[in-house]
Formats: sequence, C-alpha cells, structure tokens
Amino acid sequence: MIPAYLLLFVPFVGIIYFALAGHQPQVGRINTWFNAVALVMSLWLAINVLNSGAILSGSQYFIVDSFNVYLIVLTAFVGLTTSIFSASYMAHEKDLGKLTDKRLRLYYSMYQGFMLTMYLVLTTNNMGIMWVAMEGATLATVMLVSLYRTPESIEAAWKYFILCGVGIAQALFGTILLYYAAIQSGDAETALLWSVLFENAAQLDPEILEIAFVFMLVGYGTKIGLVPLHNWLPDAHSEGPTPMSAVLSGLLLNDALYAVVRNKMLVDGATQSHIAGYLMMGFGLLSFLVAALFLHRQKDIKRLFSYSSIEHMGLMTFAFGIGTPFATFAALLHMTVHSLTKSAIFVTVGHAAQIAGTQSIDRIRGLINTQPKVGWGLLIGTLAIAGFPPFGVFVSEFLVLLATMHSYPWLTPLLLLGIGLACAGLFRNVQPMVYGARPEGQQPVQANLWPVMIHLALVLWMGLAVPGFLANWFTQATVLISGSAPL
Amino acid sequence: MEILQLDFYTQAVLSLAALIGLTSFLMLGQGRLLRLVFVFALQGLLLTLATGLAAYTLDNQHLYISAALTLALKVIFIPWLLRRHVLRMNMHRDVEALHNKTAVMLGGASLMIFSYYVLLPVISNTTTMMVNALAVSLSVVLLGMLLMISHRQAIAHVVGFMSIENGLFFAAIVSTRGMPMVVELGIAFDVLVAAVLFGIFFMHISKSIDTLDVDMLNRLNEVDR
Repeated sequence: MIPAYLLLFVPFVGIIYFALAGHQPQVGRINTWFNAVALVMSLWLAINVLNSGAILSGSQYFIVDSFNVYLIVLTAFVGLTTSIFSASYMAHEKDLGKLTDKRLRLYYSMYQGFMLTMYLVLTTNNMGIMWVAMEGATLATVMLVSLYRTPESIEAAWKYFILCGVGIAQALFGTILLYYAAIQSGDAETALLWSVLFENAAQLDPEILEIAFVFMLVGYGTKIGLVPLHNWLPDAHSEGPTPMSAVLSGLLLNDALYAVVRNKMLVDGATQSHIAGYLMMGFGLLSFLVAALFLHRQKDIKRLFSYSSIEHMGLMTFAFGIGTPFATFAALLHMTVHSLTKSAIFVTVGHAAQIAGTQSIDRIRGLINTQPKVGWGLLIGTLAIAGFPPFGVFVSEFLVLLATMHSYPWLTPLLLLGIGLACAGLFRNVQPMVYGARPEGQQPVQANLWPVMIHLALVLWMGLAVPGFLANWFTQATVLISGSAPL
Repeated sequence: MEILQLDFYTQAVLSLAALIGLTSFLMLGQGRLLRLVFVFALQGLLLTLATGLAAYTLDNQHLYISAALTLALKVIFIPWLLRRHVLRMNMHRDVEALHNKTAVMLGGASLMIFSYYVLLPVISNTTTMMVNALAVSLSVVLLGMLLMISHRQAIAHVVGFMSIENGLFFAAIVSTRGMPMVVELGIAFDVLVAAVLFGIFFMHISKSIDTLDVDMLNRLNEVDR
C-alpha cells in the first residue's frame, strides 16, 4: 500500500511547490519530474498487484485491484508525457506574452491538483470520497479553462463549472440513495466502502439501487460527456490550454466512466437484472451517433477532436453496457488505446495551432510542408483514432463490433454507420490541413514530439499484438467486472 | 397515520421539510437579487435547525459538527459573499424581469409531484417520513435547476447551485443521519472552494462582458454565423 500513499503524496507536494515557485524558468522540467516520480510509484503499485492480487489498505480507505491499477498506470503515463509537451508549449505561450507569472503558478499548481484528484478517484474505496474527488477535478481544472482570460474562455469555463457542478450533484444524490440502501442492513461506518458493498450487493434493495443508478449515470455521465449532457466538453477543450485538453480527454473522461462502471457492478449485484446495462447502452449509442454527425460541422480543430472524444466515450459506455465478458474486455482495451491516441493527437494539434497561429480549421493548411513531423503526427494520429488497422483502436472497435453481433446483432448496422460517419467527418477536415502548399507566414515552432511518437508506437504495438501481461490484466479486470473470462 | 400520533422529532422534521420546500418556491419567483440571497440564507438556517434537531434527538456528535459547518457556510459565509458581490456591482436596485412566472411556478409544482412519483418504489420498505423527506429534498434539487434555467443573472445561478447542495444535504441528514464524517468534510471543502471560485468568476465575467447577465455569454456556438 505504500506506493499508493506515495502516489497521492507526490502531486500534493507538487501543488504546494508550484503554487510558490511555478513561475521560474525551469518549472516545466520540474513538473515533468514530479510526474515521472508518480509514474514510478504507479508501476511499483502495479507490480505489487500483479504479484499478490488486489490490495485493500489497513483502514479500508483505499483499494487497488486489477480494474483500477492499469488505469492508475495509464493516468500516470499520460500525465507524464503530457507534462513533457506542456513544458515547451507553455514556454512558447509565455514568449508570446499570453501568460503572466501568476497564471503560470496557477497552471502548474492545478496540473498537479488535477493529477491528485484523478489518483484519488481511482484509488479510493469510499464511494463518497470518489464523488468528492470527481468534483475536485472540476474545481481544479475550471480555472485552467479560463487561463487566457478571453471572453470565449471565460464563457467556456462558466459553462463547464455550472453544467458539471449541477450534473455531478445528481451523482451525489445517487450516492446518498446508495448509502441509504446500504445502512438498512449494514454498519453505518463501512456502508459506503465499495469492497463491503460489493460483497453484500445481493442484500441491497434493488429498487432503490435502480433509482440511484439513474442519478449516478446522469451525474458522472455529464463528466464522461454523454449526449445530451455534453455541451460543456467541446467548449472547455477548445478554449483551455492544449495540454489541459489532452489530459481532460485522455484521463478525466476515462475516470468518470470508471466511476460509473464501479457503481454498475454494485447495481448488477443487487438487481440481478440488466437494467443498468440497458441505460448505458442507450446513452452510449446516442452519444456515439450524435458526436459522429457533429464531427462534420466543426470549424475549430480542438472542437473537432473533442467531438471525437465524445464519440469514443459513447462507444465505451455502450460496450460496458453490453456487459458480456467479451464486450468488457473490448471496452477496457478501448479505454487504453483511446486515451493514448487522443492525448497524442492533442499534442500535435497544440503544435499545429501554434504553427498557424489559429485554431480555425479553414486557416490551418499545408502542415506537412511546413513542419513534417507535426503534419505526419496529426495524420497518423487521425488514422489511428478513426480505427484504421494496424492500430489498437481498430482492434478494440472490431472487438466491440463482434461482441455486439454476438449479443445484439440488430445494433451492428448502427455502429458501422457511426464508425463510417466519424471517419468521413475526421478526414474531410484533417486532409486539407496536412496536405497542400505552405501558406505564407507559417513558421515551424520548437516542438517536442517524443510523447506523440511513444504514444502512437504503443497504440501500434497494441494493434499488432496486445502484450501478454496487459492481456492478462485486462482478463483479470474483465473477470472482476463481468464475472467470467472473455475467451 | 395521523400526524399527531408521530413523535416530536418526526413531526418537526416533516414541518422543516415543508418549509425548506417552500423556500425553494420563494426563490423561484424572486426577481430581486438581495432578497433571493436572503431567502437562500433562510433555507440554510432551516437546514441547520433540521441538522441540530437530528443531532440532539439521535445524540450524535458528528451531526453537531455538520450543523456548525452548515451554519458557517450556508447561512453566513456564502450569503455574505453573494451580498457583497451584489452590492459591489450595484445590482441591488435591479429587478430581473422573469418571463412566464406562472408557467415556471406550475413547472415547479409539477417537479415536486414528479419527485414523489420517482421515489414511490422506496415506500414499500420505509416510513412515511422518509419518503416525504427524500421527495422534498429531490424536489429542492430539481427546483434549484429550474431556478437556474429561469433566471438570467449569474448570481441567481450560484444561488440555484448552492440550493441544490442544500437539497442533497437535507436528504443525507434525514434519510441516513449524515454521511460518514470524512465524506461530509470533503463535500464541505468542495462547496467552500466552489463558492470562492464563483466569486472570482463574477469578477472575470463582469470584466469581460461588463454585466453578469448570462444571456450575454453567447460567443461559443455550434451554429455557423
């Protein structure tokens, strides 16, 4: 359990350190070091879990099992690579005079604050603390969305604050109902602990839990970006600094989905029915299709890819909703490859916007001619996220399709339609941006593309062959979530 | 069951639930910001009373702490903060024109009936008091949302947001005798931080669009213009 405590302690120190010293010249590199230490801790934790199975801390406040441990490693990894990108990106923004010392301190301090809330959501065993940490993630990032203080960014941040705040309040009502159901039979002190609830799920009142799940899905679903609660997401992604878009898309959405799935496990145990799954399938499919259509109408490059995030989160919610071991395995894989690919894309998008000096799709042209690395990065990233073989997204989407054909064959055409629409929507916008002649006045910028290359290489690896230890992890998590092994 | 046959605590909680529901309706129809903030503080006070009563009846130490936290945050700090902003931005004389007041009120009433309908399944294994209290707290949550939809001032939105928190807190106190202490402290911390951030946002919004009317926040749009 020691690495888990250290994992929470490192970003906590980071918050304080950067609040005091976040404006100094080498600060981007120090931020990277903080995240590197956190990654080491998460790997240490993962090895412990791999060797000895699920760990419950002595006070029962923390739990690390096969489901959340790989998300913890993923969170730490994306946090690290994004911080490498953020160092050069923020230095460039500062040179342009967009940021003051005070705002840089806020940025770095809240970067660590956001990482802390993410680790807390993942490691806590207490459903109430999970809610507190989720709300904390909103509070940590809301000032970052309005970091540039433009009227647009303030509007986006206000929308994000109000919508997510109200949305997540629904999840608290769900949590209260869950607690109410739990204290009917259990001890009040341990009644909110997930491990206790999961053991006694069969004794919980199914009718109360059904109502509770509706509220939880609406609440955490707002953070996942499920349609029709998604309005904040494209705004917050497009107006905030790009490293923030990368971690929001790659981490926050995943962790909100994680909270929903944890609750679904309890509700399934209590109701012995598939009601929670049907709700998730409905919301997921709706988000998937609506977002795929919206991809065609975007004018802003970051809005384009945030709709792509909504689309993929919809697909994952749908797959978790199907609930068969096969579908769950696919959803877990998709969570991983999506967050690796999407954060890589946001890194290239950030550089592309700096090269062109704008985020407007119409005015970004000829990226490959201007700066080949950025152009190719964007093109390959888009290929990967659209689901082309041999990338990992292809494999996971293919598995979701197979699982759907197996359980609900009549839904397969809708999925295929959505995938096709999304692919067309992405390429009609990305193609003119990467190809073509270099417009006048477009200058290459100093860019560190290592994070992109590493992410895309990992996604490629997972597309060619999911490594054994990872497949083993996914299988264990699948057994935990759906009750049996996928194959 | 006759209401007079219930014990004192149950009767008191039921009356407080009714009053809390009433304050939500009062806020819904209130166009003056200072009065809105005042009614919000009143709701917080009723909530403190309910918590204190529960703490006394159940002889529960940590509910006393919850009551103190509610008093400090919801009755004193947040209303004081909001009042200061209203006065500083010189909005205390403005009366917000509320459209379709009747429709909004009727909508509020239907939301209350809807809350009872949603929580009907809970009736099978619990007391009348519990259902009433849960239904009132759910309707306070929903009325808070309606308040945010029907009012255009950013300050009214914050009041709606905080009154949603009030509804949730009431549900937790009455139905479950309060959440575990660590969770409650966490929630109180979140509410405090949110209140401070809202204050910062008021300044940013009024600096950038020169008003706190959220209708003016309309730059980000899906539709091509």
